[in-house]
Amino acid sequence: MSPALVQTVDIAKEFSSVRVLHGISVEVRTGEILGIIGENGAGKSTLIKILSGIYTPTEGRVLVDGREVDIRTPEDAKRLGIRLIPQEFNLVADLNVYENVFLGNELRGRAGLLDRKQMIRRTAEVLASLEVQVDPLARIDSLNVAQKQMVEIAKALAFDARLLIMDEPTTVLTRREIDLLFQRMRGLQARGVTLIYISHKLREVREICDRVLVLRDGAFICLEEADALPVDEMARRMVGRELSQVFPPKRTADGEVALRVEGLTVPGVIEDVSFELRRGEILGFAGLGGSGRTEVAETILGVRRATRGRILVDGKPVALRGPPDAVRAGIGYLSEDRQGSGILTQHELVKNVTLVSLGKYLRGLIDRRRERAAAEAYVHRFSIRASGIDTRLEFLSGGNQQKVSLAKSLDAEPRILIVDEPTRGIDVAAKRDIYRFVHELAARGISCIFISSELEEVIGMCSRVLVMRGGRLVGQVEGEHITEEEIMFFATGVKGEA
Amino acid sequence: MAVALPQARKFLLDRQRLQGLMPLVALVVLFVVSAMISRSVGYGREFLQPGNLLNILRQSSYSGIVALGMTFVIIGGGIDLSVGSMMAFVGVLAVATLNAGGGGYGAVALAAATAIALGAALGTANGVIITKGRIAPFIVTLGSMSIFRSLALWQRQGGMIQSQSDVYEPIGSSSMLGIPTPVWIWILLAVAASVLLNRTRYGRHICAVGSNEKVAQYSAIHVDRARIISYAIVGAMVGVSAVLWTARLNSMSSTNFGKDVELDTIAAAVIGGTPLTGGRGSIWGTVIGAIILGMINNMLNMAGVDVYLQGTVKGLVIIAAVLIQRKL
Repeated sequence: MSPALVQTVDIAKEFSSVRVLHGISVEVRTGEILGIIGENGAGKSTLIKILSGIYTPTEGRVLVDGREVDIRTPEDAKRLGIRLIPQEFNLVADLNVYENVFLGNELRGRAGLLDRKQMIRRTAEVLASLEVQVDPLARIDSLNVAQKQMVEIAKALAFDARLLIMDEPTTVLTRREIDLLFQRMRGLQARGVTLIYISHKLREVREICDRVLVLRDGAFICLEEADALPVDEMARRMVGRELSQVFPPKRTADGEVALRVEGLTVPGVIEDVSFELRRGEILGFAGLGGSGRTEVAETILGVRRATRGRILVDGKPVALRGPPDAVRAGIGYLSEDRQGSGILTQHELVKNVTLVSLGKYLRGLIDRRRERAAAEAYVHRFSIRASGIDTRLEFLSGGNQQKVSLAKSLDAEPRILIVDEPTRGIDVAAKRDIYRFVHELAARGISCIFISSELEEVIGMCSRVLVMRGGRLVGQVEGEHITEEEIMFFATGVKGEA
Repeated sequence: MAVALPQARKFLLDRQRLQGLMPLVALVVLFVVSAMISRSVGYGREFLQPGNLLNILRQSSYSGIVALGMTFVIIGGGIDLSVGSMMAFVGVLAVATLNAGGGGYGAVALAAATAIALGAALGTANGVIITKGRIAPFIVTLGSMSIFRSLALWQRQGGMIQSQSDVYEPIGSSSMLGIPTPVWIWILLAVAASVLLNRTRYGRHICAVGSNEKVAQYSAIHVDRARIISYAIVGAMVGVSAVLWTARLNSMSSTNFGKDVELDTIAAAVIGGTPLTGGRGSIWGTVIGAIILGMINNMLNMAGVDVYLQGTVKGLVIIAAVLIQRKL
């Protein structure tokens, strides 16, 4: 058995007195590829952020080579040879490859000027060792995603990384690029580099990893040889319960058509999208990232301008030139990008709840009493954990922020609600709440479009699922035909005309 | 029902309250220090004379009125560097209107209406170019700063304009219940601005726009409209201030009138606790900020500090105010 490169002892982390990681003790063995799996909110990111110096643990110790270390900043981690390759790349698009590799660690010559030659040479060496064909002088924005990822890895290797932590490296890669990545990961392993690999794709985890660590709700579940852990067993341990318990019973909706979209086209973004949404229906929108699901929502909302196509609400064509028109037509939207376009984190809970619906509370001036009563009612109804309705949202957890975001959409009293990745980055309990709320809304006659990348929730929530690929609707699955395989066939182009 | 998180709550409320009170604390400290300095340099109790204090308020009111509008612009994530030049251009046309109208009360009213309408129109123009042209507010208003000043200079060929009215100057120097008219108007406008910011839909919207434009857009807020209105407001305030100030002086110089008003108004807002990053702000904070600046000027004068050095002190105060905001 190889000795431990990194060891954590009872690592715990709290955010504003909410414990998100409970006493994790694991050993990362020198030269292994360790997989970490768990649902969103399981604590994977928190753990690796502690190892890479982005967070400092509330409790516990980290040992490297058997010696206790104090990792307070990413610089500290780097000195110890620990490098994180984040999901969102940390590259400056306007600079070229070698400038990014040496960003913040520029080599300087005698006069204090940059030693470009040396930096270019070293970059080329590292890239060559990775067998990557990228010009050190190429600008980052001229590279594709797989190449950018290699630049990130090169950036780590240029400074003798011993532990490389990869957060969801394959989400944006094609199968061929993934194979290539795995090949290179094995190459690194052969050179003695230790890797931590985080992914939702369990088959890939089984394929590439030596051992697998399972986390759930911030707690250690198990750490086992990958060979001993079949994919369905991984899933069971991640979830810790049967899926059917999570989702409310499905409903079938055969009421009148609430929303009809005909031939909606935004050049280069979505092409000829047509569908119907019935009253009280929960209609799923599945597809890979970038397949155009969010863009359909944004076009219905009027944020994007359609060049062709019609939108009919309750049978009447509506002109949607922007979100104000959409709100007037009774359309609500729960944004996929909570902090980017959903809520104002710097503002108080109550002001967020009534941001869209403020008109309801006007009696000349804002009737604060009624406004506050409404906010209190949502806090109660959605069991939002906050110290009060005057708390700024930056102090709330992701799940509670998402509930506020939902309250904001609902307070405008939409008859059609588009929820886009409604459970992204929130914990299991909050997820279950969100499913229940959406189900209740549908039961009250609100028509929902449910956009999600997590297939199990699309499968669990919807009685009809539309699948998108490359900006087009390529398939529809209904009833018992809604399975992960069937959806993926359409999403990846095995089935359905493009 | 909210679940209490006692520590978080205490931390929060204290911090927010502290931030809100800082300008007032600064004003009180400055007041005490000024009173002590005025005593020690041998002017007796001159600083504390009601006449002097009222004079500070009057001097603060002219840029203080514009600062009310500037607060909305900054909250919306913008900045307006053109207000000083705009004041000169608007002032020239206001006095010209007054003279052309014969200088009676009717002419005064006409001049005031012209000034306010013209200011609002020029502000709107700034706002439209910024939002529809998608150009940084800094650049647009830097350009219009140059344009407005140049237009004022061209109108008077670099010289003065004198009011030919018998009633204009008396209005500008008048008082009600012992308090100068401009100060009354400042207070009224501050009350209105405070209500607009805190109790109306527009106030919420401009905060949302400045806090996160995309969230505002997705929340069905007319983002561009809210921004344009903020520039129109500051323009209208420039109009009001131009009339009050030219009335007090009974004349104005196209070269110097309105000089440093952009600095004073932005500083008043920042000292009053409105962050330059936008998203939130306080009208009463801005009022206090303007008084602080006026008090500093008054104190420096009394202490006999070289008039040319006063800009240095003002600049340091502004930088210090921002530093303190950061730290809190």
